[in-house]
Amino acid sequence: MSLLGFLRKGQQEVEQREDADYGFLVFENTGEVIQAENLLKKNGWEIRVMGPPPEIRKGCDLVIEFPLIEELKIIKVLHDAGIPPLLAVPVTDPLLQPVDLFKVKDFGEHLMVQAANMKLTVDKESLVIVNVSGGGCPDVPYLAWQMVGRHLNDAPSPREIGHTLCGYALQFAYEEVKKRCSQS
Amino acid sequence: MLAVVGTVPEHDFPLLAGNVTLENGNICIQGKRVNIDRGTPALLAAAAKVAEFLGREAPFAYLVGDIGHGDGSKKLYQHLSEHLKQTGFHTMAFHYIQPLVEWHNRIFTTIEKMIPAPVLIADAGYMYMAKMAGRSEAYDLFTPDIGELAFLADEIAPHPFYTRGFILHEQNHVPDLINRIYANGNAPEYLLVKGGKDYVVNREGVQGIVDRPVEESMEAIGGTGDTLTGIVAALSESGINVREAAVVAARTNRLAGSYAHPTPATQVIEIIRYIPEALKACMTEK
Repeated sequence: MSLLGFLRKGQQEVEQREDADYGFLVFENTGEVIQAENLLKKNGWEIRVMGPPPEIRKGCDLVIEFPLIEELKIIKVLHDAGIPPLLAVPVTDPLLQPVDLFKVKDFGEHLMVQAANMKLTVDKESLVIVNVSGGGCPDVPYLAWQMVGRHLNDAPSPREIGHTLCGYALQFAYEEVKKRCSQS
Repeated sequence: MLAVVGTVPEHDFPLLAGNVTLENGNICIQGKRVNIDRGTPALLAAAAKVAEFLGREAPFAYLVGDIGHGDGSKKLYQHLSEHLKQTGFHTMAFHYIQPLVEWHNRIFTTIEKMIPAPVLIADAGYMYMAKMAGRSEAYDLFTPDIGELAFLADEIAPHPFYTRGFILHEQNHVPDLINRIYANGNAPEYLLVKGGKDYVVNREGVQGIVDRPVEESMEAIGGTGDTLTGIVAALSESGINVREAAVVAARTNRLAGSYAHPTPATQVIEIIRYIPEALKACMTEK
């Protein structure tokens, strides 16, 4: 490829990048950034290390830009390696927070909890997961397939087998259902 | 013809493009069978039922396996970017897929060149990225539930997971959320909002409300939104305008659900089988 062609290709790639696809991982110190960078690259994720925007400057002067939609899986991998990030935030608005509101619906024999766009429903007596509803990422039908029909304590959690932000929302609903069912 | 773009929850499922038929409770494409649990297979099963009832050609699907890694979705995006321009679909429904705005914009460049322009319907992950790409206005219909409606109304949230709390609090005020979406200037021609009441709206306001029959359990049943999208897509393909198709689809989906006597534990396949009967009742009523 000629130098001009190379420059044009580079320009196209820059033009095609969309901030909405990315998030920032913020760590305690630079050493953790380097460890996380190596680990995530080794696992095949396309990431890059860069300076943080002012809103999330927290001591360490480097952050990792990552594919936002895969936040659930990436955080699990980092957590398992003992280097959980301090923060994971969208590039488009680093001050946005994950949802923390739950909508709960009691159907009598069944209890449904909604977190963001995801709903999980259990049989209150048997604690069997009877339905998973909502979402739009491709791990949602997979999570539903793995979880529906299984006891709340035996089913794999979305954190274990999910990948995306929809999976993350389902994890919140799952935790809330478990909390409510353990209280009753 | 109707084209449906989406994923199936099997890691090794190959990228397939072809007409979809229903066989023994599965959808069948290029000789491969897929369970109809929820997601795009449920959408396709509903669309196939409607097409069969109306005597239309079976829906055409672009399907790939993806369990959330995004690898299947990327293959599908690549395929679409290379092949869509040679097609002439009347209606296209985009569904479960890894939302990647960069890829949305590449596909959209291809779709813009299609003549005549297809009716564009987006739900699930594809709807998320159409909104985030700032291209909602190019679509004819989105089919959000109430939680997704709040996300569409939040001009800065990149995914429903990040919808701001003060907007989520408005879930009981659907008309306010709808007004906010159109005021933000990033809304499709029509919204079919599925919930306790189903709303069909455009920028002029509410065009229809469907609130009967009432089956509260439907909210918990995975796939009932997918069947709604499948029904409206197939009706649109038959030549019915989007507004009317949305109203008839909402009625049909509710009625099919009601015929199944659902509980929160009902599975969507039990509802899909009643779609022809429900559609017949709705068309007769019309």
